[in-house]
Amino acid sequence: MNARRRSTVQLRSRVAKAVAFAAVAGILLSPGAIAGGHKLAAATNAAWKSECGSCHVAYPPGLLPAASWRAIMAGLDRHFGNDATIDAATGAAIEAFLVANAGRDRSKPPTAEPILRITETRGFRHEHDDVAPATFESPAVKSAANCGACHLNADSGRFSEREIRIPPSQP
Amino acid sequence: MLERPIAGALALAAVLCPSAALAATPEDIARGYAEQAKQAASQFSGFSGARGKAFFESRHGGEWSCASCHTVNPVDPGRHAKTGKPIAPLAPAGDAERFTRLDKVEKWFRRNCSDVLDRACTAQEKGDILAYLMALSQGARR
Repeated sequence: MNARRRSTVQLRSRVAKAVAFAAVAGILLSPGAIAGGHKLAAATNAAWKSECGSCHVAYPPGLLPAASWRAIMAGLDRHFGNDATIDAATGAAIEAFLVANAGRDRSKPPTAEPILRITETRGFRHEHDDVAPATFESPAVKSAANCGACHLNADSGRFSEREIRIPPSQP
Repeated sequence: MLERPIAGALALAAVLCPSAALAATPEDIARGYAEQAKQAASQFSGFSGARGKAFFESRHGGEWSCASCHTVNPVDPGRHAKTGKPIAPLAPAGDAERFTRLDKVEKWFRRNCSDVLDRACTAQEKGDILAYLMALSQGARR
Protein backbone atom coordinates (compact mmCIF):
# COMPACT_ATOMS: atom_id res chain seq x y z
CA MET A 1 0.00 0.00 0.00
CA ASN A 2 1.53 3.32 -0.97
CA ALA A 3 1.78 6.25 1.42
CA ARG A 4 -1.11 8.24 -0.06
CA ARG A 5 -3.41 5.22 -0.03
CA ARG A 6 -2.44 4.48 3.53
CA SER A 7 -3.20 7.99 4.69
CA THR A 8 -6.58 7.87 2.91
CA VAL A 9 -7.38 4.67 4.78
CA GLN A 10 -6.16 6.25 8.00
CA LEU A 11 -8.32 9.29 7.33
CA ARG A 12 -11.40 7.12 6.73
CA SER A 13 -10.73 5.21 9.88
CA ARG A 14 -10.30 8.51 11.73
CA VAL A 15 -13.59 9.88 10.39
CA ALA A 16 -15.37 6.68 11.41
CA LYS A 17 -13.82 6.92 14.86
CA ALA A 18 -14.78 10.56 15.18
CA VAL A 19 -18.41 9.77 14.34
CA ALA A 20 -18.45 6.87 16.78
CA PHE A 21 -16.81 9.10 19.35
CA ALA A 22 -19.40 11.83 18.91
CA ALA A 23 -22.18 9.26 19.28
CA VAL A 24 -20.98 7.98 22.64
CA ALA A 25 -19.28 11.10 23.97
CA GLY A 26 -22.39 12.42 25.66
CA ILE A 27 -22.72 9.19 27.63
CA LEU A 28 -19.09 8.55 28.49
CA LEU A 29 -17.61 11.99 29.03
CA SER A 30 -17.11 12.96 32.60
CA PRO A 31 -15.24 16.06 33.80
CA GLY A 32 -11.50 15.50 33.67
CA ALA A 33 -11.74 12.29 31.64
CA ILE A 34 -9.18 11.77 28.87
CA ALA A 35 -11.88 10.99 26.30
CA GLY A 36 -9.98 11.31 23.07
CA GLY A 37 -7.90 14.27 24.13
CA HIS A 38 -10.70 16.80 23.74
CA LYS A 39 -10.60 17.88 27.35
CA LEU A 40 -6.87 18.17 27.73
CA ALA A 41 -6.47 21.87 27.05
CA ALA A 42 -8.39 23.04 30.11
CA ALA A 43 -5.73 22.82 32.82
CA THR A 44 -2.64 25.02 32.61
CA ASN A 45 0.10 26.25 34.90
CA ALA A 46 3.00 28.57 34.11
CA ALA A 47 5.74 26.53 35.85
CA TRP A 48 4.52 23.28 34.27
CA LYS A 49 4.38 24.87 30.83
CA SER A 50 7.87 26.39 30.93
CA GLU A 51 9.71 23.68 32.90
CA CYS A 52 8.16 20.55 31.38
CA GLY A 53 7.94 22.22 28.00
CA SER A 54 11.64 23.07 27.65
CA CYS A 55 12.69 19.69 26.27
CA HIS A 56 9.41 18.19 25.07
CA VAL A 57 5.73 19.00 24.71
CA ALA A 58 4.35 19.86 28.15
CA TYR A 59 2.31 16.66 28.31
CA PRO A 60 -1.20 17.43 29.61
CA PRO A 61 -1.72 16.15 33.17
CA GLY A 62 -4.87 14.25 32.15
CA LEU A 63 -2.77 11.79 30.14
CA LEU A 64 -1.48 9.95 33.23
CA PRO A 65 -2.95 9.05 36.60
CA ALA A 66 -1.78 10.75 39.80
CA ALA A 67 0.44 7.84 40.91
CA SER A 68 2.34 8.08 37.61
CA TRP A 69 2.97 11.81 37.98
CA ARG A 70 4.20 11.31 41.55
CA ALA A 71 6.62 8.63 40.38
CA ILE A 72 7.86 10.80 37.50
CA MET A 73 8.42 13.82 39.74
CA ALA A 74 10.29 11.62 42.23
CA GLY A 75 12.70 10.45 39.53
CA LEU A 76 13.69 13.63 37.69
CA ASP A 77 17.40 12.92 38.25
CA ARG A 78 17.01 10.06 35.76
CA HIS A 79 14.15 11.29 33.61
CA PHE A 80 14.04 8.83 30.68
CA GLY A 81 17.84 8.92 30.62
CA ASN A 82 18.28 12.67 31.21
CA ASP A 83 18.88 14.86 34.23
CA ALA A 84 15.76 17.01 34.62
CA THR A 85 16.27 17.99 38.27
CA ILE A 86 14.49 21.09 39.47
CA ASP A 87 14.49 23.15 42.66
CA ALA A 88 12.27 21.70 45.38
CA ALA A 89 9.69 24.52 45.49
CA THR A 90 9.05 24.56 41.74
CA GLY A 91 8.99 20.75 41.63
CA ALA A 92 6.39 20.60 44.42
CA ALA A 93 4.20 23.20 42.70
CA ILE A 94 4.33 21.34 39.39
CA GLU A 95 3.58 18.01 41.07
CA ALA A 96 0.55 19.51 42.84
CA PHE A 97 -0.75 20.81 39.50
CA LEU A 98 -0.20 17.46 37.76
CA VAL A 99 -1.85 15.46 40.54
CA ALA A 100 -4.83 17.84 40.80
CA ASN A 101 -5.50 17.49 37.08
CA ALA A 102 -4.42 13.87 36.59
CA GLY A 103 -6.42 11.36 34.59
CA ARG A 104 -8.02 8.17 35.86
CA ASP A 105 -6.02 4.95 36.04
CA ARG A 106 -7.61 2.90 33.28
CA SER A 107 -5.11 0.04 33.24
CA LYS A 108 -6.76 -3.39 33.32
CA PRO A 109 -5.65 -5.27 35.24
CA PRO A 110 -4.19 -2.52 37.43
CA THR A 111 -0.41 -2.35 37.04
CA ALA A 112 1.74 -3.13 40.08
CA GLU A 113 3.98 -0.12 39.34
CA PRO A 114 2.65 3.17 37.96
CA ILE A 115 2.98 3.54 34.18
CA LEU A 116 5.64 6.18 33.40
CA ARG A 117 5.16 6.41 29.66
CA ILE A 118 2.00 7.96 28.25
CA THR A 119 2.49 5.77 25.17
CA GLU A 120 1.91 2.68 27.34
CA THR A 121 -1.46 3.79 28.66
CA ARG A 122 -4.67 2.22 27.37
CA GLY A 123 -5.96 5.63 26.34
CA PHE A 124 -2.95 6.36 24.15
CA ARG A 125 -2.89 2.90 22.57
CA HIS A 126 -6.60 3.06 21.83
CA GLU A 127 -6.36 6.47 20.18
CA HIS A 128 -3.33 5.48 18.07
CA ASP A 129 -4.22 1.90 17.11
CA ASP A 130 -4.65 3.01 13.49
CA VAL A 131 -1.18 4.60 13.23
CA ALA A 132 1.43 2.35 11.62
CA PRO A 133 4.68 1.72 13.58
CA ALA A 134 6.59 3.03 10.54
CA THR A 135 4.86 6.39 10.96
CA PHE A 136 6.09 6.71 14.54
CA GLU A 137 9.61 5.72 13.48
CA SER A 138 9.82 8.01 10.44
CA PRO A 139 12.51 10.74 10.55
CA ALA A 140 9.89 13.49 10.82
CA VAL A 141 8.31 11.91 13.90
CA LYS A 142 11.21 10.05 15.58
CA SER A 143 9.11 8.70 18.43
CA ALA A 144 5.55 8.30 19.61
CA ALA A 145 6.44 10.76 22.39
CA ASN A 146 6.75 13.56 19.81
CA CYS A 147 3.09 14.65 19.91
CA GLY A 148 3.77 17.84 17.97
CA ALA A 149 4.95 15.95 14.88
CA CYS A 150 1.32 15.18 13.99
CA HIS A 151 -0.81 17.11 16.48
CA LEU A 152 -0.33 20.61 15.10
CA ASN A 153 -1.46 22.36 18.29
CA ALA A 154 -0.05 19.96 20.88
CA ASP A 155 1.87 22.87 22.43
CA SER A 156 -1.47 24.49 23.23
CA GLY A 157 -2.87 21.23 24.60
CA ARG A 158 -5.17 20.74 21.62
CA PHE A 159 -5.34 17.18 20.28
CA SER A 160 -8.59 17.11 18.31
CA GLU A 161 -8.91 14.96 15.19
CA ARG A 162 -9.23 18.07 13.02
CA GLU A 163 -5.81 19.30 14.10
CA ILE A 164 -3.78 16.31 12.92
CA ARG A 165 -1.42 16.18 9.94
CA ILE A 166 0.61 12.98 9.69
CA PRO A 167 3.92 13.68 7.92
CA PRO A 168 4.71 11.27 5.07
CA SER A 169 6.82 8.28 6.18
CA GLN A 170 9.07 8.62 3.12
CA PRO A 171 10.42 12.15 2.67
CA MET B 1 39.01 24.60 55.23
CA LEU B 2 36.48 27.15 56.41
CA GLU B 3 36.63 29.45 53.38
CA ARG B 4 35.36 26.91 50.86
CA PRO B 5 31.98 26.26 52.53
CA ILE B 6 31.46 30.00 52.98
CA ALA B 7 32.17 30.63 49.30
CA GLY B 8 29.81 27.80 48.45
CA ALA B 9 27.11 29.26 50.66
CA LEU B 10 27.54 32.68 49.05
CA ALA B 11 27.32 31.18 45.58
CA LEU B 12 24.22 29.25 46.63
CA ALA B 13 22.66 32.41 48.05
CA ALA B 14 23.34 34.16 44.75
CA VAL B 15 21.65 31.31 42.90
CA LEU B 16 18.64 31.25 45.19
CA CYS B 17 18.15 34.98 45.65
CA PRO B 18 15.87 36.24 42.88
CA SER B 19 17.26 39.77 42.90
CA ALA B 20 20.75 38.39 42.22
CA ALA B 21 19.39 35.97 39.66
CA LEU B 22 17.46 38.57 37.69
CA ALA B 23 18.90 41.19 35.38
CA ALA B 24 22.42 39.81 35.11
CA THR B 25 24.56 40.13 32.00
CA PRO B 26 26.71 37.35 30.52
CA GLU B 27 29.73 39.38 31.72
CA ASP B 28 28.37 39.38 35.32
CA ILE B 29 27.90 35.63 35.19
CA ALA B 30 31.39 35.07 33.73
CA ARG B 31 32.87 37.24 36.54
CA GLY B 32 31.11 35.05 39.10
CA TYR B 33 32.66 31.93 37.58
CA ALA B 34 36.08 33.63 37.55
CA GLU B 35 35.74 34.24 41.31
CA GLN B 36 34.83 30.61 41.89
CA ALA B 37 37.64 29.35 39.63
CA LYS B 38 40.17 31.47 41.56
CA GLN B 39 38.96 29.96 44.83
CA ALA B 40 39.27 26.46 43.37
CA ALA B 41 42.76 26.91 41.87
CA SER B 42 45.24 29.64 42.83
CA GLN B 43 46.97 29.29 39.43
CA PHE B 44 43.75 30.28 37.60
CA SER B 45 44.74 32.31 34.55
CA GLY B 46 41.44 33.33 32.99
CA PHE B 47 38.99 31.73 30.57
CA SER B 48 39.70 30.61 27.02
CA GLY B 49 37.13 30.63 24.23
CA ALA B 50 39.23 28.14 22.24
CA ARG B 51 39.23 25.71 25.19
CA GLY B 52 35.49 26.33 25.61
CA LYS B 53 34.83 25.50 21.96
CA ALA B 54 36.82 22.25 22.16
CA PHE B 55 34.95 21.32 25.36
CA PHE B 56 31.61 22.23 23.76
CA GLU B 57 32.19 19.96 20.77
CA SER B 58 33.70 16.99 22.62
CA ARG B 59 31.59 13.97 23.60
CA HIS B 60 33.75 13.40 26.67
CA GLY B 61 33.54 9.65 26.16
CA GLY B 62 29.75 9.61 26.20
CA GLU B 63 26.95 9.70 23.69
CA TRP B 64 26.36 13.45 23.47
CA SER B 65 28.31 16.68 23.27
CA CYS B 66 26.89 20.14 24.04
CA ALA B 67 26.77 20.59 20.26
CA SER B 68 24.50 17.54 19.86
CA CYS B 69 21.60 19.78 20.84
CA HIS B 70 23.05 23.29 20.51
CA THR B 71 24.86 22.63 17.18
CA VAL B 72 28.44 23.60 16.27
CA ASN B 73 27.07 27.05 15.35
CA PRO B 74 25.40 28.04 18.64
CA VAL B 75 24.26 31.36 17.13
CA ASP B 76 21.73 29.20 15.26
CA PRO B 77 18.75 27.41 16.81
CA GLY B 78 19.31 23.83 17.96
CA ARG B 79 17.16 20.73 18.42
CA HIS B 80 16.92 18.38 21.38
CA ALA B 81 18.89 15.29 20.31
CA LYS B 82 16.27 12.94 21.70
CA THR B 83 12.89 14.65 21.41
CA GLY B 84 13.55 16.88 18.39
CA LYS B 85 12.10 19.90 20.23
CA PRO B 86 13.49 23.18 18.84
CA ILE B 87 15.95 24.98 21.13
CA ALA B 88 16.58 28.74 20.90
CA PRO B 89 20.16 29.73 19.98
CA LEU B 90 22.53 29.38 22.93
CA ALA B 91 24.96 32.19 22.10
CA PRO B 92 23.89 35.66 23.29
CA ALA B 93 24.32 36.90 19.70
CA GLY B 94 21.51 34.56 18.67
CA ASP B 95 19.24 35.10 21.68
CA ALA B 96 19.73 38.15 23.90
CA GLU B 97 18.05 36.42 26.89
CA ARG B 98 20.81 33.83 27.14
CA PHE B 99 23.03 34.05 30.25
CA THR B 100 20.99 36.82 31.85
CA ARG B 101 19.64 34.79 34.80
CA LEU B 102 22.08 32.98 37.03
CA ASP B 103 19.46 30.56 38.38
CA LYS B 104 18.58 29.45 34.87
CA VAL B 105 22.23 29.20 33.81
CA GLU B 106 23.06 27.06 36.85
CA LYS B 107 20.01 24.84 36.32
CA TRP B 108 21.01 24.01 32.77
CA PHE B 109 24.72 23.56 33.53
CA ARG B 110 23.69 21.17 36.31
CA ARG B 111 21.41 19.12 34.05
CA ASN B 112 23.42 19.19 30.86
CA CYS B 113 26.85 18.55 32.40
CA SER B 114 25.26 15.57 34.13
CA ASP B 115 23.92 14.30 30.78
CA VAL B 116 27.06 14.94 28.72
CA LEU B 117 29.87 14.32 31.25
CA ASP B 118 28.09 12.38 34.00
CA ARG B 119 29.49 14.86 36.50
CA ALA B 120 29.20 18.55 37.40
CA CYS B 121 31.19 21.07 35.35
CA THR B 122 33.84 23.12 37.11
CA ALA B 123 33.73 26.91 37.24
CA GLN B 124 36.72 26.89 34.86
CA GLU B 125 34.79 24.81 32.32
CA LYS B 126 31.65 26.93 32.62
CA GLY B 127 33.67 30.10 32.16
CA ASP B 128 35.49 28.70 29.13
CA ILE B 129 32.15 27.80 27.51
CA LEU B 130 30.82 31.27 28.28
CA ALA B 131 33.96 32.87 26.79
CA TYR B 132 33.42 30.83 23.62
CA LEU B 133 29.71 31.67 23.34
CA MET B 134 30.11 35.37 24.17
CA ALA B 135 32.73 35.79 21.44
CA LEU B 136 30.41 34.47 18.72
CA SER B 137 28.67 37.04 16.57
CA GLN B 138 25.69 36.74 14.27
CA GLY B 139 27.68 37.03 11.04
CA ALA B 140 30.74 34.96 11.94
CA ARG B 141 29.91 31.34 11.15
CA ARG B 142 32.35 28.70 10.24
